Amino acid sequence: MPETTAVSIRQLSKSFADVEVLRDVNLEVAAGDVVTILGASGSGKSTLLRCINWLEQPDRGSIHIAGERIGLDDSGKRMGAKALARVRAKTGMVFQSFNLWPHLNVLHNITEAPIHVMGKPRDEAETHARELLAKVGLSDKAEAYPGTLSGGQKQRVAIARALAMQPEVMLFDEPTSALDPELVGEVLAVIKDLSAEGYTMVIVTHEMSFARAVSNQVVFLDKGLIVERADPESFFDRPSTTRVQRFLENHG
Amino acid sequence: MSNWEILWQARDEFWAGFLSTMQIFGLSITGAFLIGCFMLYLLEGRPSGGKLSLRVFIDGMRMLPFLMLAYLLYYGLPTFGIRLDAWWSGVGALAVYHGCYFAEIFRGSRLVFPQGQIEAAEAHGFTRGKMFLRLILPQIVMQTRPLIGNQLIYALKDTAFLVIITVRELTAAANSLSGTYFIPTEAFLVVIGFYWAVSIAMEIIIKQCGRFGAKRGFDHA
Ligand SMILES: Nc1ncnc2c1ncn2[C@@H]1O[C@H](COP(=O)(O)OP(=O)(O)OP(=O)(O)O)[C@@H](O)[C@H]1O
Ligand SMILES: [Mg+2]
Repeated sequence: MPETTAVSIRQLSKSFADVEVLRDVNLEVAAGDVVTILGASGSGKSTLLRCINWLEQPDRGSIHIAGERIGLDDSGKRMGAKALARVRAKTGMVFQSFNLWPHLNVLHNITEAPIHVMGKPRDEAETHARELLAKVGLSDKAEAYPGTLSGGQKQRVAIARALAMQPEVMLFDEPTSALDPELVGEVLAVIKDLSAEGYTMVIVTHEMSFARAVSNQVVFLDKGLIVERADPESFFDRPSTTRVQRFLENHG
Repeated sequence: MSNWEILWQARDEFWAGFLSTMQIFGLSITGAFLIGCFMLYLLEGRPSGGKLSLRVFIDGMRMLPFLMLAYLLYYGLPTFGIRLDAWWSGVGALAVYHGCYFAEIFRGSRLVFPQGQIEAAEAHGFTRGKMFLRLILPQIVMQTRPLIGNQLIYALKDTAFLVIITVRELTAAANSLSGTYFIPTEAFLVVIGFYWAVSIAMEIIIKQCGRFGAKRGFDHA
């Protein structure tokens, strides 16, 4: 597998009980790509994203992060906890509900994993964390606790926290869906900056104009199947399936 | 000589008893706290036979009067040829007994711990042990602070039962003085004063600790 493939998903299937939520999904994300995943509620977007870092275990198929298989080893046996954690650390995930650790201040939220998972020296981790805080526009909040931040600020901290792992790919699951409308912009602006800087990202979103502006590949999921994948211009201006046409009509 | 004067002259005995009680209490409550944390860790993850047995053990302990446990350890075990030192068996019994209470307190808080934080930790490459020690446990301890304070007082009071298995602590000192001079009321009033003073001091300290959590949004007092 070439070095430049950040995420490679092959023949991925996943069921909950007897409902098949993902069906033979194939997806290649090259380094530097920004892929947005669109689809109706319940179409399997979150499940797909969560399979990438093995928060959900797929039933079939394989996922490689930067050439390394996650979840199962080459002989198909389950990875040990340590090995799994190490591959997971190659991905950075940003959740809809932020999921910051409330007992740690902003700076320590960001340095926690670099120090205690990656074994970085504290001063190095803190210097990096402050750079990331500057990047997301929160330099003045380093000592603040998550409970005192607005939703938009929390999400920007969560982005900085994920970036601190220097991941091969950033995974975003509806990063603005829990935010008041006036706070959505500040978070999307940060993600746009990241795409301009060449970060590899997979983004689940309901923000159509954002998806159009930020991505170079749009994937549309319907009942667990990828029914359309295209560059954003083709996708939004000349959708080839009626399913996507209908979806776009409903989402302005 | 008035009863109070007699007690004043015996102040060294009270003091020695008090120090002994504090030693027993300090050691056993530290042990209990650690046992509670460790049991909470053992209960992490999917249900299993081992976890079920641990739950049964914890509940069995919680539903047992502490006095019975002390009796069993001190009088029961020798019939099986196991002879324990009274002081250490008292400390051990207190630690295990209150450890089970701590485990149950923590478990209640663990049940409502936000799953999202766990997923965030997993996504950031945390393994179970580190996640527990650095992310889960500190929050659980902050969250349960008032209950921990309550448990400290229970444990302090339970040290008094050790008089029955011949441990020379505060209540034992009062017991022997009241027996010698027949002044039970005054002797026990003094002891009550000691227990109250320590309990109040602990309450104040635990309350002060609340500021630590309040800064982080854990207390809304
Ligand atoms: N842990 C679970 N157990 C059972 N069913 C689940 C679980 N997680 C998801 N599902 C089901 O799988 C399907 C896909 O869910 P998923 O969360 O991936 O959808 P989604 O596309 O992200 O939707 P939304 O836009 O509402 O977030 C849904 O029908 C959902 O009910
Ligand atoms: Mg979703």
